[in-house]
Amino acid sequence: METNLSNSNVATRENRIGSITGYIGSLKELASQSECGTLKGCSRCFSQSSSCLSSCALGQLSAIRDVAIIHHGPAGCSVASAGAYYLDKVMAKKRGVTNDTVYVGTDMNENDTIFGSTESLRKIILEVNKRYSPKAIFVTSSCATGIIGEDIDSVVDEVKEEIDVPVVSVHCEGFKSRIWATGFDIADHAVLSSIVKPPKEKNNKINFKNFYESARPEIIEIFKNFDLEPVFLYCNSTVEELSHISESLATTCICGTLGNYLGNVLEEKYGVPYIRSINQCGITGFETWLREIGKVTGRSDKVEKYIEEQRAIYIPQIEEVKKELKGLRAVIGMGPGYTFEVSRVLNELGIEVVWALAWHYDKKYENGDVPPSMKYLLDNHIDFEASVADQQNFEVMNILNKYQPDLYLSRHPGSTVWAIKNGTPAVYVADEYMIFGYKHTLEFAHAILNSIHNRSFEQNLAKRVKLPYTDWWYQQNVGTFLEEAKN
Amino acid sequence: MAKLLDKQRYKCALGAMQTVQAINRAIPILHSGPGCAQKLSDGIGSSGYFSPNIFPCTSINEKDVVFGGVKKLHSTIENALKVIDADLYVVLTGCIPEIVGDDSGEVVSEFADADKPVIYASTAGFKGNNYKGHEQIIDAIIEQYLKKADNRQKGLVNIWADVPYQDLFWLGNIRELEKLLREIGLTPNTIFGYNRGIENINKIPEAEFNLLVSPWVSVKNMKKMEKKLGIPYLHYPTLPIGAYETSKFLREVGKYAGIEVEKVERVITEHENYYYYLIERYADLFLENRVINKQFSVIADAQYALGITKFLTNDLGLVPAKQFIVDDTPKEYREAITEEFKKLNYGLSADVAFETDSYKIHNEIKAHDYHGYPLILGSYYDKELSEQLQGNYLNISWPVQDKVVLDDFYAGYTGGIRLIEDIYTVAVQRFN
Repeated sequence: METNLSNSNVATRENRIGSITGYIGSLKELASQSECGTLKGCSRCFSQSSSCLSSCALGQLSAIRDVAIIHHGPAGCSVASAGAYYLDKVMAKKRGVTNDTVYVGTDMNENDTIFGSTESLRKIILEVNKRYSPKAIFVTSSCATGIIGEDIDSVVDEVKEEIDVPVVSVHCEGFKSRIWATGFDIADHAVLSSIVKPPKEKNNKINFKNFYESARPEIIEIFKNFDLEPVFLYCNSTVEELSHISESLATTCICGTLGNYLGNVLEEKYGVPYIRSINQCGITGFETWLREIGKVTGRSDKVEKYIEEQRAIYIPQIEEVKKELKGLRAVIGMGPGYTFEVSRVLNELGIEVVWALAWHYDKKYENGDVPPSMKYLLDNHIDFEASVADQQNFEVMNILNKYQPDLYLSRHPGSTVWAIKNGTPAVYVADEYMIFGYKHTLEFAHAILNSIHNRSFEQNLAKRVKLPYTDWWYQQNVGTFLEEAKN
Repeated sequence: MAKLLDKQRYKCALGAMQTVQAINRAIPILHSGPGCAQKLSDGIGSSGYFSPNIFPCTSINEKDVVFGGVKKLHSTIENALKVIDADLYVVLTGCIPEIVGDDSGEVVSEFADADKPVIYASTAGFKGNNYKGHEQIIDAIIEQYLKKADNRQKGLVNIWADVPYQDLFWLGNIRELEKLLREIGLTPNTIFGYNRGIENINKIPEAEFNLLVSPWVSVKNMKKMEKKLGIPYLHYPTLPIGAYETSKFLREVGKYAGIEVEKVERVITEHENYYYYLIERYADLFLENRVINKQFSVIADAQYALGITKFLTNDLGLVPAKQFIVDDTPKEYREAITEEFKKLNYGLSADVAFETDSYKIHNEIKAHDYHGYPLILGSYYDKELSEQLQGNYLNISWPVQDKVVLDDFYAGYTGGIRLIEDIYTVAVQRFN
């Protein structure tokens, strides 16, 4: 499907790439059903809180340096500005730069829901521009403004004449999609449609879509071996940098869920190849990814040399630690970009995945293929119980209670604590580079070992707390509340 | 009318899910979009018996917007009762159902015969901020759950203070207020935090009176209880911090409760003796440091702006520069609160602004001459500004990123000492 950058709306993941939030079965069935197009997701008649797509969209955009986000809605929608302010300050400090991005709300009240507030919004945009002279302004909607039909596009068109930096409307109604990762696409769409310019001359850069660029210094060093230079997106990016990403040699990402839209559109519109390998987690992942970069940029020899050198250092150490990990049983719960990548790494380390939960599942990516991490598992005959669970903690707890694994791995705030209350050691795979390459795969293996070796904290806590779920629930099938999708 | 909310210092009414969260074994059920709870929760200190990521939620989608979400609300409540072990289920409605006109009250009324109480509060984000939302929750408990008691328990006092979680020190403060009341012979009853809960809620109607310690939050709740439950209330607008205000507080509560003066004075003397033993020992630090200047500004909700201004002025002898109240205090309370800032020792008076636009606040602070390093007590937003002005800064109000508080507190005599410790810890970290 051709991307339309002149429309400010992005189709949801459900409509674009057939994403689902409810499924229970084996991994193999999930994959084969999605390959032949018969997969239908389920909805729930009981659910617990999850995430809002606006957090994903605006979390991405507010990390860009020196821009303004104007979140048109009640104060609860723009409350994310407090966290964004903190993150911007600390991430900039960590990197040794400054970030003066502002994220404001409009504190919409009841009258505004009746009479509308486009005139106030117009004044607010102009005032923010006057106060801070941002390099770009993103004006975003909320559930409330979406339902009352506030015409943000028109306000943005109007103020564009008075403001000489890009002003972009970003449609972020939380009810629009069950897949909060649609927010990543919304952010990419805003950047692509308003900031990225057509290429003038090619450079030796690789666009690297990630979250918090914690491995930045080491990736710069790795890429030097290949005469390449990474451009990390969007944390600490400048508008100027972003305007040139169409000139890069290729686009890659740390997480397929995060980078898929940007990568595909840059390829489709500007011919920037998108690296579609499995990701950099673990040994096979790292090597496959490096080789793909080598192939796309014509640097295969240098890549092979690097792999050989690094293998000599790390493979023996990883083999050593694997001896202690063999036979452990794990349950994992992550976004689909990570669940199926980390499953592969656990398999590589000799840890058995007994159940994997993905918070959503994309049947295919923009190019029509099944996600590569999934394809790898299938091709290598790795199968296990899997569910698609939109962060439904009660389903996770039901599974942990039944399987009593040695380990739970999770990537989202607020999730690991429930496993340890169950007495299950948990590893919080928070940083996206926690399993990156040989070095971090080794560290990851040790992190697992350390969690297994000292179980004091979880045992102390588990002994003393009562879990909030009823016995009735623990006796139920994990899919009790799933209903056949109606559409 | 929509306004520029620059560096916002409050959440929306649905943020009052944290008020429910602060009641042990009470669970919020959100009739809202899927991500509201996550946005409105705080990153740390939220993994209790219930945490925001397990709050049942109708996770409204596009279809529900068109066809209404009452059916989903019904199945969510019905199954929450089966899956989650709680004592009280509080349905909170967000923006969407209130705009599309779901009759959530009607759905909740279908659970009137459930084994556990189910109540609901209208907390759409556009109806106000989380201070107002907090009042909505207490109102819901009064209106839908409490019944007038036949008997009153002599000396039983319900204590109400500011908003849990929004107030960093909510747990410690309310425990300290309880302790002080117990010392003068009263029996405190509170509903928030460890070892409190539904049984304390059940006791509310039996109280002799309600004690509200807040400049404005919950005044409406007190009036409602007076009318419905016949419970009179004492409104003490200043959070007592330090010896001066706490002694005044005890005298006023003692007088209202009819406790003999000698008893109250004995408690006060004992506390003041210890308090001034500490102050005497550390007076050298207060007088002979090179970095804490006399002038200060507090940027906080009315509770801390007022409480800390009185403490720093009346106890420590500092001088108030302009103070900023950032909680969007309803207009009807502003005059009385402004008056409180005029009742300082030695006829001192503090200029106070009710302002939610942090850009304006920061500009005023930058323009003011503190005649030395300013002392700024505020939110995380005020850290960078304080650094630019070479000031001393303490993170006491939301958003908080610079301090971890488990059960620390600023209320009472001990709380005053804790605040002194925090301020002078900042001082000694630079050049003393």
